[in-house]
Amino acid sequence: MASTELSAGLGPTITPSAGQPHAQSGAPPSRAREAATKTGQAFLRLFRTLRSNRKASAGFILLAFVCVLAAVPGLIAHDPPRAEIYGRSLGPSASHLFGTTVYGQDIFAQFIWGARETLIIAVVSGVLSTALSVVMGVAAAYLGGVWDGGLNLVTDTLLVIPSFPLLLIIAAYLPNSGVVVLIAILVITGYSYGARQLRAQALSLRGRDYLEAARVRGERSVYIIAVEIIPTMTPLIVATFLGTAVYNVLFAAGLQFIGFGNPASVSWGTMLYWAQNNEALSIGQYLWALMPGLGIAILGASFALLNYAFDEIGNPALRPVRRHRVKRPR
Amino acid sequence: MSSALADDTGRAAVTGEPILQVTDITVEYATKQGNVRAVDHVSFDLGRGEFVGIVGESGCGKSTLLFAIAQLLAPPAGLAGGNVVFKGVSMVGLTDSQLASVRWKDMSVVMQSAMNALNPVTSIGAQFKDAMRAHGVRSKTEIADRSAHMLRMVGIDPTHLRSYPHQLSGGMRQRAMIAMALLFTPDLVIMDEPTSALDVVAQRSLMVQIKELQAQLGFSVIFVTHDMSLVRHFSDRLMVMYAGQVAELGVTSQVFGSPLHPYTRGLMDAFPSIKGERVPLTGIPGHPPDLARIPDGCLFAPRCPKVMTECETTRPPLYLVDGTQVRCLLYADGSTR
Amino acid sequence: MRYALRRLAFFVGTLWACVTLNFVLPRLMPGNPALALLAKFHGRIGGQALKALEIAFGVHTHESYLHQYIDYLRNTAEGNLGTSLSQLPTPVSQIISNALPWTLGLVGVTTVLAFVLGTGIGIIGAWRRGSWLDNVLPPVFVITSAIPFFWIGMLLIVAFSLHAPHLPSNGTFDSTIIPAFNWPFIVNLLQHALLPSAAILITSIGLWILTMRNNMVTVLSEDYIKMARAKGLPGRRIMFDYAARNAILPNLSGLAMSLGFVLGGSVLVEYVFNYPGLGFWLVQAVEGEDYPLMQALFLLITLAVLVAVLLADILTALLDPRTRTAR
Repeated sequence: MASTELSAGLGPTITPSAGQPHAQSGAPPSRAREAATKTGQAFLRLFRTLRSNRKASAGFILLAFVCVLAAVPGLIAHDPPRAEIYGRSLGPSASHLFGTTVYGQDIFAQFIWGARETLIIAVVSGVLSTALSVVMGVAAAYLGGVWDGGLNLVTDTLLVIPSFPLLLIIAAYLPNSGVVVLIAILVITGYSYGARQLRAQALSLRGRDYLEAARVRGERSVYIIAVEIIPTMTPLIVATFLGTAVYNVLFAAGLQFIGFGNPASVSWGTMLYWAQNNEALSIGQYLWALMPGLGIAILGASFALLNYAFDEIGNPALRPVRRHRVKRPR
Repeated sequence: MSSALADDTGRAAVTGEPILQVTDITVEYATKQGNVRAVDHVSFDLGRGEFVGIVGESGCGKSTLLFAIAQLLAPPAGLAGGNVVFKGVSMVGLTDSQLASVRWKDMSVVMQSAMNALNPVTSIGAQFKDAMRAHGVRSKTEIADRSAHMLRMVGIDPTHLRSYPHQLSGGMRQRAMIAMALLFTPDLVIMDEPTSALDVVAQRSLMVQIKELQAQLGFSVIFVTHDMSLVRHFSDRLMVMYAGQVAELGVTSQVFGSPLHPYTRGLMDAFPSIKGERVPLTGIPGHPPDLARIPDGCLFAPRCPKVMTECETTRPPLYLVDGTQVRCLLYADGSTR
Repeated sequence: MRYALRRLAFFVGTLWACVTLNFVLPRLMPGNPALALLAKFHGRIGGQALKALEIAFGVHTHESYLHQYIDYLRNTAEGNLGTSLSQLPTPVSQIISNALPWTLGLVGVTTVLAFVLGTGIGIIGAWRRGSWLDNVLPPVFVITSAIPFFWIGMLLIVAFSLHAPHLPSNGTFDSTIIPAFNWPFIVNLLQHALLPSAAILITSIGLWILTMRNNMVTVLSEDYIKMARAKGLPGRRIMFDYAARNAILPNLSGLAMSLGFVLGGSVLVEYVFNYPGLGFWLVQAVEGEDYPLMQALFLLITLAVLVAVLLADILTALLDPRTRTAR
């Protein structure tokens, strides 16, 4: 007709895009392996891009620091964290780097050992929360109709209700319960934001052609979801995990600060609880209160940095701009 | 006329004093891999009331050239060389505030998609108003009158001054953009593919409208498009760009009638004429060069059906053949092959 | 119009969900906590308060759940929120009305301040792309927004309260001053509010700066900004009328949502500073197993967030003509 593209003669350009099925040679591998391979590939791609980003590197280092503390606390701190055998309320010294508590426990040891439980709570609740987000979000997107409406209503309501007060309410009815309950209520109150985002992405993916091809091939819905949709969503899933992790760290600490979880255990949150209860600040034992808080801040910051690096990768316009301009020859 | 090296002024068939002189404009993008040259030493003149079309494939640099002329380049793109003289004043290197007095009053811009080029949260009338107020028009009645007048000129009911961009149809939006561009009856209107987002019927009516307005108000037009058929009927002169360089530049009828550059000829052959005889469609094999890694020699050589051995080592300059500039070694010694 | 009605319905629905949660939770929990509670308070509360408790927790009644539920709904709607168990015999509504102004003042004002300041800094950061400001903003504020509210509070106490200039860190005003509408009292109020509001401000401002900056960066790459430059509009006009006005739209709904987050964080700030606002009382109620007070506060805080969401929706509709004509 009248309008003619000037790229006449160009063949169709084939650009490999993330998640598109590649041609498989030989016998088709098992479904599970296919899903695993694709997700693995997606992770590898992510990892490579992250390495070049400065914020991501900083986040990694901080996270690694906490992981080391959690993995081998015995190597770093030589005193038992719970033993009330030292002098009480001692200031920092060579033998007690951060001093001792009013009960005679070594604060440095508590700080080092406390990393483990704090990290475990953050990671486990993060993973579970993300899993729940994926299930709720993708199911809502995929099932559509009444299911979509129903699941969404639950998710949206939980989204609007302020999380920390809700946490307090639920925790109030369950005093003296342990870490497991803590994680459970964190997951229930925290999954909603991620579910919403994942649903949005799943919806946009639903209409894509290669999914239609899979459907026409006769693949079952479960296959389509597991092998085609979810690997493509890997970046968003990881981002959701990082985002929830930040909030979980803060909320878990907040709850423990007030006395939930198990106050007898050693974690940064419970350290804060005992410090506050014994008016650590007023008696001059600053480190007792400040050090566990610093630990939580480091863990939270590491997830936040990684999360932000993710945003930058997804939207190149946000990356730091170096002002190298094009020079005009004089 | 024998072919001679076209002088760097690239003036061809311009009557009277040119209102725009583009000389050796070069634009580069600063990337991690170094500078990528998107526009390479482009020169041309523009006379009063003239309509020049610029055509080329996607990525050939035509839009970048437009923004360079309008001084609208933004990082990472930067002007690496050349000059733009508009109505006797050199525009390159001036700051936004220095350019403000010239902008819109003497030179305006029409962009490809009005939906993207108009502020979605303010009304059409408000956008007309802020252009006028930026240039000293304060009286409310004058603003209202002129806005209404311009809308009527493009065939839109002035009540739409109160409408928001998303409330108008695609064609109306484009025409509203053109009305806005003509608010001060500038001397030059730069248009970047203003019809690409429209259907065929709307395209043609828009082009007719532009030509009518041009006849009425006497402005010059630089019109970028990928659609050859549009420029054929509406432009005085035609520039064909390839990989950031001028491939051919001459009077439209001449370029269409006897295309000199093998690329131009390939483009002509690629679409059929409704009236002519049936000929098999031929395309141009291959694709444009990666501008980050340009080859030695002529940039079109890898795809050229008339390639010669010297094409792969020598960068052809612009030659002047019968009033048309062409960048091809075929014309190096004056004989056409 | 239909959109507004749908939002209103969601609003009411969420409130109803909260009331229902309050009703259902104690009955779900293992070993009805209400029974234990009543045993604890037996003999210390009488008559009406006891009756209200029994209705709220469904003890010693032979009525069906549905009947209890309706009674409970009716009580709540009438504002009959019961008697506080930890502050006997004060009715819950009284505690709330005393606490509300403090939280409104502290959290409300600080959040608005954080929003305004944060958005402004974000706009400037994006406008001056590539400057030192723009490169330093993201990392710094990403970190500050991940720090626990209460820890910043503690840091501030150590830095400014226990050492010079010895800013107050306890309560809302000195117990030695008689509340009156005079200058010394107001100064005392502000002094006491300084550290807690600083704690909230520092942690929440990062969110605004970052989201506004990111939105601005996206908007600044749009064609209509280029067009505005081509029209010769002055820079400041482009920044506000064209860029900021479009960039702020997604932020508004985010503002409402994050109010929930800030309210949550402020709970602990009030706790650390003994500032008797809603959050402080919520913690007290939870620790003291004061269920009526706790439930009422939860309801109120949710109501606050919902009102904010509604306001944000209205504001968005006012600023964005596209939402008005769609649907």
